Amino acid sequence: MKRKSIIPGFGISFGITISILSIVVLIPLCSLVVFTSKLSFSEFLYTVTRPRVMSGYYVSISTALVASLINAVMGMILAWILVRYDFPGKRFIDGIIELPFALPTAVAGISLTHMTTTNGWVGKFFYDLFGIRIAYTRLGITVALIFIGIPFVVRSVQPVLEKIDIQYEEAAYIMGADSGTTFRKVIFPELLPALISGFTLAFARCIGEYGSVVFIAGNTPYETEIAPLLIMSELQEFDYSAATSIALVMLAIAFVILSVNALLQASVSRRVNGLA
Amino acid sequence: MKKRLLSVLLTGALAVSSLTACGTAAVSASGASGTSNAEGTEEKPVIELTNVSYDPTRELYAAYNEVFEAYYEENFGQRVEVTQSHGGSGKQALEVANGLEADVVTLALEGDVQVVSDAGLIDAGFTSEFDLDSSPYTSTIVFLVRSGNPKGIYDWSDLIREDVGVITPNPKTSGGAMWNYLAAWYFFEQQGQSEEEILDSIRKLYGNVVVLDSGARGATTSFVENKQGDVLLAWENEAFLSLKEYPGEYEIVVPSVSILCQPTVAVVDEVAEKHGTTDVATEYLRYLYSNEAQDIEAQNFYRPSNTEIYNNYVFTADSNTITEIPEDGRWINDNITLTDINHFGGWQEARAKHFADGAYFDQIYEQ
Amino acid sequence: MDIRKENRILKWVLIIISFVFLAVFLILPLIYIIVTAFRDGLSGYIKGITDEYALKATGLTIKATIIAVLVNTIFGLAAAWCITKYSFKGKKILSTFIDLPVTVSPIIAGLIYVLTFGRQGALYKYLDPLGIKIIFAVPGIVLATVFVTFPFISRELIPILTAQGTDEEEAAALMGAGTFTIFRKVTLPHVKWALLYGVVLCTARAMGEFGAVSVLSGHLRGKTNTLPLYIELLYQGYDFTGAFAASSILVIMAIIVLVLRLILEHKGKKELDVSRR
Repeated sequence: MKRKSIIPGFGISFGITISILSIVVLIPLCSLVVFTSKLSFSEFLYTVTRPRVMSGYYVSISTALVASLINAVMGMILAWILVRYDFPGKRFIDGIIELPFALPTAVAGISLTHMTTTNGWVGKFFYDLFGIRIAYTRLGITVALIFIGIPFVVRSVQPVLEKIDIQYEEAAYIMGADSGTTFRKVIFPELLPALISGFTLAFARCIGEYGSVVFIAGNTPYETEIAPLLIMSELQEFDYSAATSIALVMLAIAFVILSVNALLQASVSRRVNGLA
Repeated sequence: MKKRLLSVLLTGALAVSSLTACGTAAVSASGASGTSNAEGTEEKPVIELTNVSYDPTRELYAAYNEVFEAYYEENFGQRVEVTQSHGGSGKQALEVANGLEADVVTLALEGDVQVVSDAGLIDAGFTSEFDLDSSPYTSTIVFLVRSGNPKGIYDWSDLIREDVGVITPNPKTSGGAMWNYLAAWYFFEQQGQSEEEILDSIRKLYGNVVVLDSGARGATTSFVENKQGDVLLAWENEAFLSLKEYPGEYEIVVPSVSILCQPTVAVVDEVAEKHGTTDVATEYLRYLYSNEAQDIEAQNFYRPSNTEIYNNYVFTADSNTITEIPEDGRWINDNITLTDINHFGGWQEARAKHFADGAYFDQIYEQ
Repeated sequence: MDIRKENRILKWVLIIISFVFLAVFLILPLIYIIVTAFRDGLSGYIKGITDEYALKATGLTIKATIIAVLVNTIFGLAAAWCITKYSFKGKKILSTFIDLPVTVSPIIAGLIYVLTFGRQGALYKYLDPLGIKIIFAVPGIVLATVFVTFPFISRELIPILTAQGTDEEEAAALMGAGTFTIFRKVTLPHVKWALLYGVVLCTARAMGEFGAVSVLSGHLRGKTNTLPLYIELLYQGYDFTGAFAASSILVIMAIIVLVLRLILEHKGKKELDVSRR
């Protein structure tokens, strides 16, 4: 028995948490398992490892990874300028970071597609100058995912950066460290947990993204067909068990990513604390 | 410890009951006008009818519902209000099977209505409930090309040329796309190709596909708005709609052979009985065969099933290219050989052979 | 001196990179939406946004958003409080489950409700006789919206409450304060701004949800079509002007929410300064 907290109200807060969690998340998720269990294990294995499905995972994961890495770098830079610098338009930028959340993914997908086709505003430029096609390629998927993932890293790094006392940096300066070293040795370790958590959330969110990607992807099998689209096509064939099987695998991927994040958080914070 | 557990359980129960209460409240509020019609006839409340249809029929049913509502009030002294739902045909079927309360379904293929029937919502034998296999109007698959037909696309054989970019939706996610695929199959079969050769031709055709959209409307947008590809395989009515919306920019090419697409309509018996709307729903579908409705269907570029009205719209000129909507409204090109789904042994067989997991359509993409 | 100069260059380089990035990925799509919305002139735009179905869809979106945000606020406060103020077994798993919805594909989110509450689902035969409709009705839309925004508020609160520790609450408890008094007098003031931010985020995301809602709405025109679904409907009906006009309603609503937050935050900071002085 752990030490009982003297703060009252555990029952009510735990009760509310668990009941809403059950209704919204846990019970519905059980349905996935129920429907999938209609398949035997070997059928399940076959369903989720067909080459077409494997390529779906690959497309989803690889584009999500690239997009989240780009967002990790840009998110750091954005958070940095928002916290440390003053410049015209700062308020405005700070305000619009959440816009990708508010814009329906379908609208985002439609406008990005229109912009990046070979005769769209941006796509024409890239196609004429470099011969690069953006829409209907994996590049297009990545573009859509970058859009979706912008807020995650910025908003997890920003509050941490705000809290870092500028005195540490000044101390480092005075002791002769140049700005690069200061950043690497003093600031970056502090930001790392937030960066990782923002990155993993963006990554996991992008793997599952459907609404915006389906417009820009072109959906060619083995090329630009994403895993969520395969779930839709299984449903279209009225094959619930196959759809839920793929869904279950994607859920497992999301769960693993979140767990890895939790582990990393624990080990990073231990290391940072150990150093300090 | 016990006390703690008790309060956990209590709040849990409270939250559950309040959530369900909120759920019922919302339902009864939104369904108020719908339930009132069951009560009495003295005030004759408006009957609500829900028609779950597929994507390209929006314009058709927007026009038809108006006419039907007027017709029904005049002849039966009863006001009816039709609520529409549109989406991919298969997805719509799935939603009805899962409890979307549609009084009638008007879907792109018999196979999709069959799914609703399989779920126990529609009594067996729905194809014989109304005339002509319960399809009051039909359509076919034609080509839409850019103005002047720069790539010289005249028939299915041109689609497998290397320099042609094709736009068609994915048969795995779109009902209409199955018709496209089967029409192409029929053409190559008519060329006397063996099954293996046909499969090879189809593989080449789909190798030319630039964007494999998830639905018919998405494909049209890729072709028309985003200017992808050289030819769009489209429902005839969709192709004419593009001609109407973008005059002078596109041409319709009618291939030598195609397939007769028979959209199927049916009353969803279980739901209609529950709502007490069976009579209205039946009349709603029956009236689709009336002269007035057949004219509306023809004006929306569906081929009417009534031969007399059909003949009023038949195209007289001797060309397979249509550059604009004929001024006299005669748009139906009869110079085309149409097969139908029975040629493929019905939907069940066609699905199993061509579109199921690991079937022909999957095989053409295997490397 | 050198360092200063280097920093100034670095500063502007970073700012320019950020501006270019945001311009391409955020602002350009916005401009595109607005330009297309006005493609048929102002009258076309006004016609688009005052359409009967557009108004109904906007109403439904606002309704679903408000209910979802309320549920999530209650949940977020309870969960954050519970996780940070007490120690119990399974805490890690609990917080992973709370985070899970953000990472679940919206398609799957919709699917699980269809499978649970739909005609083939396990609960249908109990709910249907009671006349409770969840999916293809408003409650389903609300549930899906709650799902996709599930951790937004608790995630904002947890770090702050963790940093703040439990000393103050313990002191208050020792002085005999009840749960709600402690919460209102001690905890809430600390998390006020985080809570506000969480609510803003939740609202923004709830308004725009498309994928999950699309799976279980049934698309009944004027009844279960939310604004994002209505936009898709128009878009697929070749009504690009109408679609983007409707999108601009969402953009405007989002901007109002975000500006509101900036104003409140500004006011809050001022208050804080005054009380410190």
